[in-house]
Amino acid sequence: MSIAASASIIIVFLIFIFLLKEAIPFISNPGLNELFSSNWIPVSFQKEQFGIYPLISGSVLVTVIATVLLIPFGVIAAVYISEIALGFEKEILKPFIEILAGIPSVVIGFFGLVVLSPIIKGLFNLNTGLTALTGAVLLALMAIPTVITISEDAIRSVPKSYKEASLALGASRLQTIFRITVPAALPGIIAAIMLGMGRVIGETMVVLMVTGNAAKISWNPFDSVRTMTATIAAEMGEVAIGSTHYSALFWVGIILMIITFGLNIVAQKVLKKYQMR
Amino acid sequence: MKKSISENSVFWAVRFITYSIVAIIGYIIFDIVIKGLPTINLEFITGFPRSSGSEGGILPAIVGTVYLVFGAILVSLPLGMASAIYLSEYAKQGRFTRMIRLAIVTLAGVPSIVFGLFGLGLFVIFLGFGASIISGSFTLAFMILPTIIVSSEEALQAVPKSNREGSLALGATEWQTIYKNVLPYALPGMFTGSILGVGRAAGETAPILLTVAAFFLPRLPSSIFDQVMALPYHLYILATQHPEAEKVLPLQYGTALVLLILVLIFNLAAIFLRSYFRKKYKW
Amino acid sequence: MVNFNDSKITVENLNFYYGKVQALFDINMKISEKKVTALIGPSGCGKSTFLRMFNRMNDIIDGTHHTGSVLIDNRDIYKDGIDIVALRKKVGMVFQKSNPFPKSVFDNAAYGPRIHGVKDKANLYEIVEKSLKDAAIWNEVKDRLDENAMGLSGGQQQRLCIARALAVEPEILLMDEPASALDPKSTARIEDLIGTLKQKYTIIIVTHNMQQASRVSDYTAFFYEGKLIEYDYTDKIFRNPEIKQTEDYITGRFG
Repeated sequence: MSIAASASIIIVFLIFIFLLKEAIPFISNPGLNELFSSNWIPVSFQKEQFGIYPLISGSVLVTVIATVLLIPFGVIAAVYISEIALGFEKEILKPFIEILAGIPSVVIGFFGLVVLSPIIKGLFNLNTGLTALTGAVLLALMAIPTVITISEDAIRSVPKSYKEASLALGASRLQTIFRITVPAALPGIIAAIMLGMGRVIGETMVVLMVTGNAAKISWNPFDSVRTMTATIAAEMGEVAIGSTHYSALFWVGIILMIITFGLNIVAQKVLKKYQMR
Repeated sequence: MKKSISENSVFWAVRFITYSIVAIIGYIIFDIVIKGLPTINLEFITGFPRSSGSEGGILPAIVGTVYLVFGAILVSLPLGMASAIYLSEYAKQGRFTRMIRLAIVTLAGVPSIVFGLFGLGLFVIFLGFGASIISGSFTLAFMILPTIIVSSEEALQAVPKSNREGSLALGATEWQTIYKNVLPYALPGMFTGSILGVGRAAGETAPILLTVAAFFLPRLPSSIFDQVMALPYHLYILATQHPEAEKVLPLQYGTALVLLILVLIFNLAAIFLRSYFRKKYKW
Repeated sequence: MVNFNDSKITVENLNFYYGKVQALFDINMKISEKKVTALIGPSGCGKSTFLRMFNRMNDIIDGTHHTGSVLIDNRDIYKDGIDIVALRKKVGMVFQKSNPFPKSVFDNAAYGPRIHGVKDKANLYEIVEKSLKDAAIWNEVKDRLDENAMGLSGGQQQRLCIARALAVEPEILLMDEPASALDPKSTARIEDLIGTLKQKYTIIIVTHNMQQASRVSDYTAFFYEGKLIEYDYTDKIFRNPEIKQTEDYITGRFG
């Protein structure tokens, strides 16, 4: 049993080892410095360049927009489901949200490609509907079940006595929700948002299909961008194993892993601290 | 009374936002069902693709996905359940347990494309399995392992302490107690959670992109070292890489619908099973 | 039974149901202004349910309903169009388990005034100070108003909750076994406090501690299985009850 249980530890180690194993050749040639620049031109007749800044900026832009959408919608829906919805509404809403969590990302991406991106193109009068915004909208949608489920748990575990005391003081339900319940559940809600962000930044297929994949630094939501995940997915199929480009893609993976690892650890810390109380 | 009017309008706004999320989900499903349904017929489900996927059916992709999912279950279910039993029944608070939990949380957060890189490095290249069912299944299995462990452990924790104490007090060993008096009650919950994980594996694209999926392979695999087509990857290819993406739109919708149905079956089964067992075993 | 002309609250033919289960049976009762009325009886007799009728806290439980009426200052508080928020402002409540919010001492006491629209800092401080003084806790917390209320002792927390209720300036104060979770010393302080508070407030207190009822209250009502069995001056109830069940209960000869 304990051997089986240690499988998780072993797998995590294996992931780090094999990412590093394939990434290491890059250190001696062309050197790690090459990663820290702003041009990602992996295939070129003159000089190949592997600067990951545009990829990071792409991921950050998409994640930030998605989070901005995610926070109000996710938290409001969680508040509605746990505090306002009637019994039978809850019974319907919760499984429905879970179903959303089950729709494969490639299906969401496909929907984004054929339905959402023409809408965005027309709405904002753009040359292409394949933009950071398009990806972010879909990613927010994909991460919303995570945010709702965990926030709702946090809201539901606020002691009933707080709510009763507030109501007994003549506070309305609305005042009670926003002054007592939500603040008391805040750590859990923050953790939920961070875990949602982890999903957003790690998601591949949606961004690969709808963000246009232009590897340039841009902070404009209406520009095409290319994220770290999409870069790996799009280019890994075409590189020669062991080449510099191949190693560079593994570095992208390592950086991605570190970012999501950090987000997760902090979110878990917040959650744990919250449960202790 | 003025206050309660504005309170009511806030409640309606909140309700509106919640239901607009529901409406969007509903619309996505509706769009794919309506446009995918006309494509689906016996030939589409049981036929082989022709002219690099522009015509014909998607049987190899369906079979490929089923094989991959089945392989992932074979690997992850025993491993995940054993881990959960250890964590729930045997583990003492300590460094080893903390490390396992940290590892599970970490695994749960690893982006799927990174799992793909890892599978490529370990199974495809290092172990020499090549792009194959076995490489893909193992990669998917590792990806869904945390889901299975966490939900199995929850199911075990839900079995009341008295079940264990009663048995132990009669002189049963720890393993006898678990085997006879804990596992039978926890199994439904363990399976339910696992189904959710498996549903996720069926829909994943990024990991199989690098470890198994074939672009166009109009035959069925003959061994676990063969490459296969898979539904999610097939949809991705048709939608983005096909030279006449517009023309094959019906095929895209058809593939999306079949994939959606497959995954929804898993999810609905899990949701129904859970509420069924919750009602049946109330302790 | 007692009857007053100056009653603050009048309960008429009150029946109350949790779903199909009836919890209160045809209760008629008048409660006197600026006096302490104790509700006693074994657990499950309906005294807490009855108490929660006065500020409509039972409304937040799904599937409950009632017949009959509850009048405060001659107005039926269950009539359509009654502003529940205004009602709860007028009828404060202190719960069995002290339940301060996880906020500072000051923010706890200021919560009520704030939600009712007091914004001015100085004004707010004045209200907080006054209610903390009235709740006899000011001297213990005046130097730690910014500290989290969760750090106070159980007895202090409960007095803070009383102060929080007073800060809304209610006319009636409902207390649901306010001292049952406290040590004897803290209990004594709460009881003293009730003695002072009745000069300004109409107090209804639920307790299962007979001594407490006899010490703090002017009137006592004995409930059993959802019915009001006997209601009279506290002295009368404890010295010379008219009904056998009451006597059995207060002398401890009860099931």
